Amino acid sequence: MRTITYRQALNEAFDEEIQRDPNVFLIGEEVAEYDGAYKVTQGLWKKHGDKRVVDSPISESGFIGMAVGASMLGLRPVCELMFWSFYTVAWDQIANNAGMVRYMSGGLINCPIVIRGPANGGTNVGATHSHTPENIMATIPGLKVVCPATARDAKGLMKTAIRDNDPVMFMENTMLYGLEGEVPDPADGDFTIPLGVADLKREGGDVSLIAHGRSVLIALEAAEILSAEHGIECDVLDLRSIRPLDEEAILETVAKTSRVVLVDENKPFCGVSAQIAALIQEKAFDDLDAPVQRVCSIDAPAIYSPPVEKEQLPTARRVIDKVLSII
Amino acid sequence: MAISDVLPSALTGAEQYVSAYRWMLLARRLEEKITSLYHAGKIVGGVYLGRGQEAFSAALGVSLRRRKDVFSPLIRDMAGRLAFGEPLLDPARTYLGSVLGPMRGRDGNIHRGRPAEGMPAMISHLGSMVSVVCGMLVARRFKGDVEAVGAACIGDGATSTGSFHEAVNLAAVEKLPLVIAVANNQFAYSTPTDRQFACADLVDRAIGYGIDGHRVDGTDLAECLEVFGRAVARARAGHGPQLVVGRLLRLTGHGAHDDANYVPEALKQTELGRDCLDRARQHLLDHGLATVAELEQWDREAVHDVQLAVATAQKDPVPEAAGEDWRALSSF
Repeated sequence: MRTITYRQALNEAFDEEIQRDPNVFLIGEEVAEYDGAYKVTQGLWKKHGDKRVVDSPISESGFIGMAVGASMLGLRPVCELMFWSFYTVAWDQIANNAGMVRYMSGGLINCPIVIRGPANGGTNVGATHSHTPENIMATIPGLKVVCPATARDAKGLMKTAIRDNDPVMFMENTMLYGLEGEVPDPADGDFTIPLGVADLKREGGDVSLIAHGRSVLIALEAAEILSAEHGIECDVLDLRSIRPLDEEAILETVAKTSRVVLVDENKPFCGVSAQIAALIQEKAFDDLDAPVQRVCSIDAPAIYSPPVEKEQLPTARRVIDKVLSII
Repeated sequence: MAISDVLPSALTGAEQYVSAYRWMLLARRLEEKITSLYHAGKIVGGVYLGRGQEAFSAALGVSLRRRKDVFSPLIRDMAGRLAFGEPLLDPARTYLGSVLGPMRGRDGNIHRGRPAEGMPAMISHLGSMVSVVCGMLVARRFKGDVEAVGAACIGDGATSTGSFHEAVNLAAVEKLPLVIAVANNQFAYSTPTDRQFACADLVDRAIGYGIDGHRVDGTDLAECLEVFGRAVARARAGHGPQLVVGRLLRLTGHGAHDDANYVPEALKQTELGRDCLDRARQHLLDHGLATVAELEQWDREAVHDVQLAVATAQKDPVPEAAGEDWRALSSF
């Protein structure tokens, strides 16, 4: 199978969806003429023009509000946040408009928007640009949240997100944009991945590592070392979407291994992994042979210092230590 | 309904004036009824009133084309909503929490709309609705409709919000056919305008955004009709956003819970404090547009229609927790 980067995979998803559905358009700062701050929308403005790829003023609240209004009348806007950290300045539109409108309107109004951009630490851009707000988004009952770890998932999930009738918060990662992976060729047909279906990225019977986003790669790296150096075999379950959450897949791997380490770039307090841990103790308590363990980012604002930030995020070393502590 | 269902913008001159007056009257009578139900404990949450602002609101409502244009009301736009085509049953049912209301009892009071007919349901945060209206206009333009105009209603207080600025600037950049109707009623809750902004007149902000600005006496229905007629026509003709600032006084508290004792008596005696409904009634008599008998008849009809709507809504079922579909998403 051909390999392309995570960035190219997203770009293909936009290109294909813009061509497939005349209601799709991209909007954000720098997305059109400049091809996106991280070049994810490279070439799309040149190919599809002003109507389908729109540069906005520095107005996250303004253009996301505009996307909400446009979506109410049937368009499918895909909004880029240059960093997901900028959700804070658009929070009223995201939480109160996009997140509430369907329920509050008695189902009269759907809000089929995608809000996307990178949500990660690890690039020394400091605390205000390194938020991972998937937990914050997922706490709003009217929002969906997707965190792809690979190029294949990025493309398949983005195409589904654009077609979905609910607001989808799509969390990318600047450290993944350049990574290559196998992605089906468009010539082989329309490729999508449903939301809410986790993916078992590695199989092993001893311990379950459950993760989302780039933490999946950390978990895979740890699993490789655990297998080679300790003879411990891990299931690595990639959640892929936080809402909807594939509870069945989580409970299945827990039943199989009875030992769980959650790997999560969120800060630990009320992070996604806290929710997963609560789910496991509630529904799979009797399956467990050890307490559920977590490896999260260290509970402090993201630090600028390159050597320290590396340690602030989950590392394979910390995952391995946790696994060894419960075996 | 006793009131003609002729599309408002098809009306001009005297007919339009009479039509707007009757929506004002109906809104006034409806809000009086809702206020008494609130004080009787039959309505919960809050009741927000447009008393004193009916001319400004109704004039905008009748200047738009029902179902074709977009009208985004705020909390004091009962008159404009009715003029734009909202059935009386919608506010009655929403205030009384009926499951048959447009929001099925999931939201109350002024949080209601008919989005498919161009009237979005407002959210709480004032300035935030302006960019949503921009989006609805983008959608219309995207689909080839270059005729649609969108009106976003807002008060003096909401012009202080960041989202107001972002939306107006964005609308100006996109040259959207947006009418921003600012009802400057001198108070945001209890905060007077001199604690809200420092410019001499809110309409001056239009210059900064590079858009047209209009000022109007919000207590004078004829002037409101003329100015909104012009603003809507200019927006429709492609001249971009139009900022219309009406000067008036809120003749009520922020809500039915508020006695507005902070409003100075002297201010009420100024031109701002004139009741637009009284002025319009006098105008109708002075210009021979209605007789005293007709005015009385219209009032009786308004009271009757209001009572009928409220009585219907009071008999409606309310949602039950056991049967509620709590799911906020369309798929899972």
